Amino acid sequence: MKKVYASAAAALDGLLHDGMSIAAGGFGLCGIPELLIAAIKEAGTKDITIASNNCGVDDFGLGVLLATRQIKKMQSSYVGENAEFMRQFLSGELELEFNPQGTLAERMRAGGAGIPGFYTKTGVGTVIAEGKEHKDFGGETYILETGIVTDLAIVKAWKADTSGNLIFRKTARNFNVPAATCGRVCVAEVEEIVPIGSFDPDCIHLPGIYVHRIIQGQHEKRIEQRTVRSA
Amino acid sequence: MPWDRNQLAARAAKELQDGMYVNLGIGIPTLVANYIPAGMTVTLQSENGMLGIGPFPLAGEEDADLINAGKQTISELPHSAYFDSAQSFAMIRGGKIAMAILGAMEVSENGDLANWMIPGKLVKGMGGAMDLVAGVKRVVVVMDHANKHGESKVLHECTLPLTGKACVHRIITNLGVLDVVPGGLKIVELADGVTEAELRAATEATLVN
Repeated sequence: MKKVYASAAAALDGLLHDGMSIAAGGFGLCGIPELLIAAIKEAGTKDITIASNNCGVDDFGLGVLLATRQIKKMQSSYVGENAEFMRQFLSGELELEFNPQGTLAERMRAGGAGIPGFYTKTGVGTVIAEGKEHKDFGGETYILETGIVTDLAIVKAWKADTSGNLIFRKTARNFNVPAATCGRVCVAEVEEIVPIGSFDPDCIHLPGIYVHRIIQGQHEKRIEQRTVRSA
Repeated sequence: MPWDRNQLAARAAKELQDGMYVNLGIGIPTLVANYIPAGMTVTLQSENGMLGIGPFPLAGEEDADLINAGKQTISELPHSAYFDSAQSFAMIRGGKIAMAILGAMEVSENGDLANWMIPGKLVKGMGGAMDLVAGVKRVVVVMDHANKHGESKVLHECTLPLTGKACVHRIITNLGVLDVVPGGLKIVELADGVTEAELRAATEATLVN
């Protein structure tokens, strides 16, 4: 089975439908699947629930799907950099489910690993714990969080081989690994696709079993907070 | 004179010990990295997936794939390691990080922390703060003693939504250092030129001896 597709639109063909759920990799604008997001915008898919740590900025990343009102609900830990997000949230057009960042990552990891729920200390005694099952282990209280499984995962890696094995670069790995595993189908965009045998099998970050379709493309890789020191 | 931002960061750096793995929050806590004593090995964790945070890069060497949790460009060190977000929070939740130094809006006398949300104001999200305070071994808060209206941020009980309950071990403010102990807070140290009477007057929380 061929996993390599010619374009983001071709790779998403047959995978998009209104009301679907998507897990997206990336932290801020670092390691976001920018080409697949742009293709989802073009496809016009509506009422999407997106599990992603952040929601891009107004004109880049997942923010472009806010401008077109394609997102119904976000499951995120931090959405601070996005004025249109705040406008839609405060006007009630957009649902928002805040998740502590580690809880969101573990919900994706668990969902992908066939674990429907797990107990964590994170959020005990806060609004996050309201309505959730509490259970004591060894004299400490934990809350039940559920695994996330989505219709689709969209991720960005540095390199893929043609069998879908992925290698990430530096801190652009972030949510891409847990997001990839929790999608029923995962589409990955990469900067370079190489022949099988090019990677040392000991150095693969995400095995191709999790990755169903791949595309290669040019990435803008925008920097959110350019910070430098003086020489 | 109460401590300024840099003096606060320098005082917080005295909490560090050789060999520690530490997570620094955004703001004044980030400045603590500038005061790690020479010869001491402290490995900084960035919850977006890195151990061994290096300094900000030189102009022209910024890398879009290399940022800290505040989304700022950074650099790597010879012992740096990268990993995914689930692994990052596994080491936080699993108690592998010795200390977190975080900012705060309010802290209570039993160590409750509020630092993520003001009802009625724009809500940006808790990010990794709830995971950090629930998972790391020791939580040190660095903040101003009073808010911009002059009201104490060191309270009997927090008024803002909590980030974590009974999670703070030590509070370092511009007026001094306080430890969370049974029954309330204990004065550990006064900032240069600040009297105990001044610190007590600026503190709503119960102070014990």
